[in-house]
Amino acid sequence: MAVMTYREALNSALREEMRRDPRVFVIGEEVGLYDGAYKVTQGLLKEFGPKRVVDTPICESGFTGVGIGAAMVGLRPVVEMMTFNFSLVAIDQIVNTAAKLHYMSGGQFSVPLVIRGPGGPAAQLAAQHSQSVETYFYHVPGLKVVRPTTPMDAKGLLKSAIRDDNPVIFIESETLYNVKGEVPDDPEFLIPLGQAIVRREGTDVTVVAYMGMMYRALEAAEELAKDGISVELVDPRTLRPMDTETIIASVRKTHRAVVVEAGAGFAGMGSEIAAFITEQAFDDLDAPVERVTGANAPMPYAKNLEKLKTPTKEKILAAIRRVCNANGS
Amino acid sequence: MAKTMTPQKASLGALDPGLARKLLTDMLLIRRFEEKAAEAYALGKVGGFLHLYIGEEAVAVGATSVLRPDDYVISAYREHGHCLAKGSDPKRVMAELFGRRDGLSHGKGGSMHLFDKSVNFLGGHAIVGAHLPVAAGVAFAIKYEERDQVIVCYFGDGAVAQGEFHESLNLAALWKLPVIYLCENNRYAMGTSTERALAQTQIWKFGQTYGIPSEKVDGMDVLAVRDVVARAVERARRDKTPSLIEADTYRFRGHSMRDPAGAVYRTKEEVEHEKERDPIVLFRERALAAGALAEADVRAIEKDVNDRMDEAVAFADASPEPPADWLFTDIYKEG
Repeated sequence: MAVMTYREALNSALREEMRRDPRVFVIGEEVGLYDGAYKVTQGLLKEFGPKRVVDTPICESGFTGVGIGAAMVGLRPVVEMMTFNFSLVAIDQIVNTAAKLHYMSGGQFSVPLVIRGPGGPAAQLAAQHSQSVETYFYHVPGLKVVRPTTPMDAKGLLKSAIRDDNPVIFIESETLYNVKGEVPDDPEFLIPLGQAIVRREGTDVTVVAYMGMMYRALEAAEELAKDGISVELVDPRTLRPMDTETIIASVRKTHRAVVVEAGAGFAGMGSEIAAFITEQAFDDLDAPVERVTGANAPMPYAKNLEKLKTPTKEKILAAIRRVCNANGS
Repeated sequence: MAKTMTPQKASLGALDPGLARKLLTDMLLIRRFEEKAAEAYALGKVGGFLHLYIGEEAVAVGATSVLRPDDYVISAYREHGHCLAKGSDPKRVMAELFGRRDGLSHGKGGSMHLFDKSVNFLGGHAIVGAHLPVAAGVAFAIKYEERDQVIVCYFGDGAVAQGEFHESLNLAALWKLPVIYLCENNRYAMGTSTERALAQTQIWKFGQTYGIPSEKVDGMDVLAVRDVVARAVERARRDKTPSLIEADTYRFRGHSMRDPAGAVYRTKEEVEHEKERDPIVLFRERALAAGALAEADVRAIEKDVNDRMDEAVAFADASPEPPADWLFTDIYKEG
């Protein structure tokens, strides 16, 4: 095990996969000469040269399409979105072409493509640069969607994504790049896509969360432990395909569930998780499933409003207490 | 760089009988295929949108005739002709239109999403302009792996106003990618004429902006298309130079089967006038005049093509519907 930042874990995953497979290349804005807008691709140009670390002009649709075409005929591109907000410029390429080529061609062509970059709420970046865009992708059959919470997950999941034969949307976070954690040294360390993890075991309530919300939920869980409430934390890690079994197994044990998500709640990931818990484990529930979500508003710039938009630890605490019938006790 | 203002005409010279036979056969095959498809649509055997290539056959046949079998072709949704010219089995193309299990894409793609990996035909893309960057990506991979193939990317005049046309030309020129962008200018994006859509209606000139060889060609003259595309292919194969070619062509039928013959966006007189440029009639007359083909040859070719199209329809009709469990296959590649 080595201790490294989330950023370093991603960098090491890219480096190892590029060393392992000459078909893997990185393409995007500022990935080479500039060493990456967030330095995730730092040093790759130096090691692999401009053929495999390809700087592009600003044309998300264009270079995403280039990635798709290259993948169709045998390469394994890793497309960087400087931030995932810009992926919306390329959403037609991703949703209409990358996701559907395998199906529309009756299985003749596949698109082994990773599209990665930071997304989710950040610090005072306002409406266009601070939002949870995974919503637009996890609805689409043909795409896989990953949101890695820890440095270990970042590395193990990115390596699996690069080796996957399907288009994978891999959304990191600006707010997590400097988080440190243990990461295995083994270059064959992989975390399979579609596998959730129980980050903290508990008996009274299941809290499902990922990325920054998982760190907030952890704080809430520690605080509630002092009040005698035992919280189990489940991190789906991959949003599509989702490991519903692990979540359902946890709910069957705790009989209560709270889902936390940073994005606006309407038709969000919380809605989906609450729906399948209700469908599959209704009789096990002692309380309705609660959702703690971002407010149904664009992200404001002002610090005080930004705080109101995003789920806070206090909101998570209140929701857990409600489902545990522990209000004011 | 060619600075042609008027469409290129074919160079004169002896016409090889073998070549004449091939070009006429391939164009006729597409024409008859499309006529059969239209009949099947009227009978309710083909559903959805059906965009016929009738009138434009010389472009696909001329261009493909100078490609190697391992070269790639990618197209939009009026692609039956491109797919057939590349060598796909008409039986399986027809079965795809019928939505049957023996179709190229097992009935999951339909008329707009033909794919055939066995002949390097890469689709079949129905969002206007979206396959142009994909073509650049295929060319990127060819260069990355130091292969000497090329890719021909067909698209219509409607794609020229899309951002992806310009992004793709920029990237192909910037990175020197072996892609030939071949615009089939049939003058109408659905019902919108190029005059109503483009500030620059001389589409080939956009290539000059990006500094790549650009030419305009008479798209009704199969030999002229051959010449122009052959030059572009040679440039792409030799030193990875991309090209933009504008083929001046015309569709004799509506935008799709839902576009009535009496459409308001063009006159009957215009359509009838353009039919005088029918690429198949023009080439047949030329081949006969040059002595490359005899009347008997033409009749034999017509009979052969008609028989093969009857077979294609019978094959498609006999092919079963895809089984129910195929709804969920090919969503993800396993393994």
